[in-house]
Amino acid sequence: MSTMTVKGSRRRSPGATRRSVSRNLTAYGFLSGALICFAFFSWYPMIREFILSFQKTNFIDPPEWVGFENFETVFDDSAFASAWLNTATFTLLALVFGYVVPFVFALVLNELRHARAYLRLVVYLPVMLPPAVAVLLFKWFYDPGAGLFNQALDVFGLGPLAWLDSTDTALLSLVIVSTWMNLGTGTLIYLAALQSIPSELYEAAELDGAGLFKRVWHVTIPQTKLILLVMLLLQIVATMQVFIEPFLLTGGGPENGTVTVAYLMYQYAFSFGNWGGGGALGLMLMLVLIVFSAVYLRVSRDRT
Amino acid sequence: MSYSTVQDRAAARPVAPAPSPRRSRKPGRRREGPQFRGLVSPHTLTTTRGKIVYWVVMSVVLVTFTAAFVFPLYWMFTGAMKSPEELAQVPPTFFPETLNWGVWAEAWDLLDLGLFLKNTLLYAAGAWLFTLTFDVAAAYALSKLRPILGNVVLALMLSTLMIPPTVILLPAYLTVKDLPILGWNLLNTPWAIWLPAVANGFFIFLLKRFFDSIPRELLEAAQIDGASPLRILWSVVLPVSRPIIGVVSILAVVNVWKDFVWPLLVLPDSEKMSISVGISSLSAQMPQNVLIAALFIASVPAIVVFLIFQRSIMAGLTAGSLKG
Repeated sequence: MSTMTVKGSRRRSPGATRRSVSRNLTAYGFLSGALICFAFFSWYPMIREFILSFQKTNFIDPPEWVGFENFETVFDDSAFASAWLNTATFTLLALVFGYVVPFVFALVLNELRHARAYLRLVVYLPVMLPPAVAVLLFKWFYDPGAGLFNQALDVFGLGPLAWLDSTDTALLSLVIVSTWMNLGTGTLIYLAALQSIPSELYEAAELDGAGLFKRVWHVTIPQTKLILLVMLLLQIVATMQVFIEPFLLTGGGPENGTVTVAYLMYQYAFSFGNWGGGGALGLMLMLVLIVFSAVYLRVSRDRT
Repeated sequence: MSYSTVQDRAAARPVAPAPSPRRSRKPGRRREGPQFRGLVSPHTLTTTRGKIVYWVVMSVVLVTFTAAFVFPLYWMFTGAMKSPEELAQVPPTFFPETLNWGVWAEAWDLLDLGLFLKNTLLYAAGAWLFTLTFDVAAAYALSKLRPILGNVVLALMLSTLMIPPTVILLPAYLTVKDLPILGWNLLNTPWAIWLPAVANGFFIFLLKRFFDSIPRELLEAAQIDGASPLRILWSVVLPVSRPIIGVVSILAVVNVWKDFVWPLLVLPDSEKMSISVGISSLSAQMPQNVLIAALFIASVPAIVVFLIFQRSIMAGLTAGSLKG
């Protein structure tokens, strides 16, 4: 900020210089803890990601630059296409459920005049559970025999489904868990946004004879447009990193049906010992997600 | 200087959890008086047809939400108490025939839950302490001391918001395993959780935005009295920053509590595991009912904390609503 040096703009007295030096030293003293942590655990790994993906390394011999060889290895892997396809499908399905459902929930909750505190509490409860707990709980629900879901379907004369064991339903099963444990966040954020819509807008729309759906379309959605966009981007970034669901539920199977990019990256490093390949996958995912994140940061900055 | 603070303050206002209209109403009853309305006009709700529709929707929502979000917890609790035979029975029983209270102690011992809970508590507490100390100090320096290149530092810190943690998982793991320059191996030590937790651009953003909104005159008064920057931070800035400290504290603890991938990689020793990693690593070898009991025990702290800090957690959610 250039405005701050107004008093000493032309010629500083020695006292002012000393004060300025000491102020800077103090400031960097305060910053040092965070700077060290950012340097080691954020900035350096970002750079290392690039290095890793262009090197061949086994941690014994000195690493060797190999150009795009790691990328070629990964491209040739049959799981590679599956991983991207599954990640894209997962993200799309998670949007269909996890993006629309919370908005509808919020719309309905905003109209209700009773049990509001209870409903808000309950919808957020799964968000508080550690994801590993929620995922393992659903693993039991998905049990093809005595699992809750097949038993519930049976009541309606449906099923049984193979859930995690079939290529048709495995990915969908992952989406269901993920939606269940995350939709509380969206619901409450939309609810807060809905409560800031001025009543007059609805009254005016009503006077113009707009029905319920027209009011949603012409008042609610335009009024919450920005938060809807922000949440869309956030959710895309969050769901494309999906790892814990395939890791705990399916191990990527059946037949690579639930391998995701993050999971494949983990496998390359920790199962195959191919860190270069893992690094290459991480770099590709990073480049894709940076695009969404950058748009998100732009949009959310405009909002404030 | 004072020009910019006015703008910054305006930008920072949404962070301080303003007393929401919800808070002022009496618990459980209708709110905001007659002015509030949503999509449906209050007039419609007074007609007979409106009332019928309202109560039908109300009941459907109540039943659906309870079935979707509370019933799984009930099923988990009763499932744990059933005998293994009853658990495998088709169709399942709604109420357990016999209540097997011993399962809780069995799960506690077999899975060593006491150790895992203690570990997780240690990781969360340390991460909270380091995050608050370092990030508050850094945000204060960037906001009030304004050193040379301060804006560059801030931009670099905020740029990490664009990089989701999963994509730098492998290089971050390698860094922790062999810290550059120093050559330390932090694997299986709490430092592997504590220090990376500090590197959170979102916390810096929230804290700095709040500190920017503190009037400069307040600090200058203390400065004239001869207070050092540390003293000003402690006795002037912190007392007025309680709302944002609360939000950051909750987020910091919840982040560590819920995290899975990072502790899975950096704390592989079974003595050092966090509760999520510990349970999942042992899940395959456990009888079904014991595993379910362990899952329930692991959810209890989260649920209790949520019930106690409900209001601040929800306030934090909407305050920093731009990052879920």
